[in-house]
Amino acid sequence: MQNEKLNTMEDIIICRDVHKWFGDFHVLRGVSVTIKRGEVVVICGPSGGGKSTFIRTINRLEEHQRGDIIVDGIELTSDLRNIHAVQREIGMVFQSFNLFPHLKAIDNVTLAPIWVRRWPKEKAVKVAMELLERVGIPEQAYKYPGQLSGGQQQRVAIARALAMQPKIMLFDEPTSALDPEMIKEVLDVMVELARSGITMIVVTHEMGFAKEVAHRIIFFADGNIVEQNTTEEFFINPREDRTKLFLSQILTH
Amino acid sequence: MTVQSEVLRPPRTEVGLLGWLKKNLFSTWYNALLTIFSVAFIYVVLRGIITWVVRDARWAVVTVNFRVFMIGRYPGKEAWRVLVSLGIVVFLAMLTWVFRRAEGKPRRWLVIGWLLSFPLIGILLRGFSRESPFLPLVSENLWSGVLLTLVLAIVGIVASFPLGVVLALGRRSKLPVVKVLCTVYIETIRGVPLISVLFMSQLMLPLFLPPEIRLGTVMRALTGMTLFSAAYTAENVRGGLAAIPIGQYEAARAVGLNEALVMALIVLPQALRAVIPAIVGQFISLFKDTTLVAIVGLLDLLGIAKAVTGQKEFIGLHKEVYAFAAVIFFIFCYTMSYASRRLETALGVGER
Ligand SMILES: Nc1ncnc2c1ncn2[C@@H]1O[C@H](COP(=O)(O)OP(=O)(O)OP(=O)(O)O)[C@@H](O)[C@H]1O
Ligand SMILES: [Mg+2]
Repeated sequence: MQNEKLNTMEDIIICRDVHKWFGDFHVLRGVSVTIKRGEVVVICGPSGGGKSTFIRTINRLEEHQRGDIIVDGIELTSDLRNIHAVQREIGMVFQSFNLFPHLKAIDNVTLAPIWVRRWPKEKAVKVAMELLERVGIPEQAYKYPGQLSGGQQQRVAIARALAMQPKIMLFDEPTSALDPEMIKEVLDVMVELARSGITMIVVTHEMGFAKEVAHRIIFFADGNIVEQNTTEEFFINPREDRTKLFLSQILTH
Repeated sequence: MTVQSEVLRPPRTEVGLLGWLKKNLFSTWYNALLTIFSVAFIYVVLRGIITWVVRDARWAVVTVNFRVFMIGRYPGKEAWRVLVSLGIVVFLAMLTWVFRRAEGKPRRWLVIGWLLSFPLIGILLRGFSRESPFLPLVSENLWSGVLLTLVLAIVGIVASFPLGVVLALGRRSKLPVVKVLCTVYIETIRGVPLISVLFMSQLMLPLFLPPEIRLGTVMRALTGMTLFSAAYTAENVRGGLAAIPIGQYEAARAVGLNEALVMALIVLPQALRAVIPAIVGQFISLFKDTTLVAIVGLLDLLGIAKAVTGQKEFIGLHKEVYAFAAVIFFIFCYTMSYASRRLETALGVGER
């Protein structure tokens, strides 16, 4: 998608002055950012900076204590109906896959459509098989997660998140727990997804992926956004010293 | 050039019966000594048991009283009702075995069948009223022997399991009142022996219930056993719940499941699976603990055994009677533990 075309799109996620504390520890210190429909955003930054915590507030796995988060017109408050409505619109992929080990791959994918969307089983299975084909592992559908490799598990997890037909996909370091030879198979799926036009927020240090598909890169440290820019500008002209230092560290090895 | 390795046969001593014997029983001099000693010991014990069983024991006390052991004071004219109940259970068990791999429809019918079998068997055993021409009343106070033991154990197990799960969930509840109530209940019951719970249920239950509802001794004992067992189930289930990684909750919420569905579809199935051995162990002890109802005047299998040893024509035949009771207890307990192991392997498919 062209950046000019993106500019005409409406905002799908609006965060205004979001704060969060873990006990006394101030994790998120007033994060403000908007994300447009169809935008692919990569978030990077040093460990412990609050990247995971931030994207987890967007689908309410973590509760923010101050500020506003509005997802697709629905504000996240303590109202459970709003929370479930937002969670249905957002798919999430975790670093440690978190597949349901007692269910076969296909049942992992069909679970939410059947129980939350109330689809008939045949329809859910049909859509799930299409998704498993899309992520390249239809032949693994009737295996349990424990019988799959890491890369295959993560692709089932992506299919599971897509099964609810979300408008937004969140990825929290989806390839960090994978052996090197499996990283590419997962990134390939993510590249295809990014080009399909879905809104994506990806926490990752895979700068190759970022350069290939991201519209914007956000550098996150110490609980806030230090710098953000379009992908080309971010790599060519980093403005902040912390960003330069971080880039030199991750690009040299 | 490829190097072709030669395929060799294993050395002679490692194969066959001789090889096995040498490797496992006579590998060293002390292992050999131990083997010889154990064989001698087993021989002496077995010889004693077998001579007693086939030569000295007078099994007439068991064969003559077989029906008494099984149903005790249940009227002989109505004994067919017990047999039909047994038939229902065996039939359902066989269907369950046949359809053990089936999903969907047949499985749903099996569950419905089992659920229906409880009230059905209850009515069959108890009957309607004293005057009723069809299925006249057989008061629970007449139920005894293996019948009573099984009714106490099965109803106790089936009723205490869901109660225990609810208590375990309640103990983890975010609502302080629920949490405190469940915790206090669990800890109190666990701090009290079953005998006192049985006594209390006999004496206290009538005080709590409205006067129209008068529970018989059996029902009161059942209530006591259920309340007792539920506390232990709750503790076991809590262990299973604690073992579920937080990532499972997060993934389940992230796909849009609400709290109830997260529990029912993701957390409980995994938690319960993990604690099957512990829970079955607890059910086995519950089964054996049914013998304690003798204290409140009920005649379970052991109570009947005691009564049989008092019969004039069989004076002094304690060994035969108690050996028979022990065999019956063993058969049921071993079946449970075997079924639990089968269930574990069956459910363990594909798990890490
Ligand atoms: N549940 C929690 N309770 C208390 N502190 C927490 C909790 N979760 C995270 N933290 C702390 O909050 C800070 C931010 O954590 P977060 O996981 O968001 O960082 P991150 O940027 O994703 O780091 P990484 O790159 O290592 O994943 C860390 O210092 C972490 O120790
Ligand atoms: Mg993180």
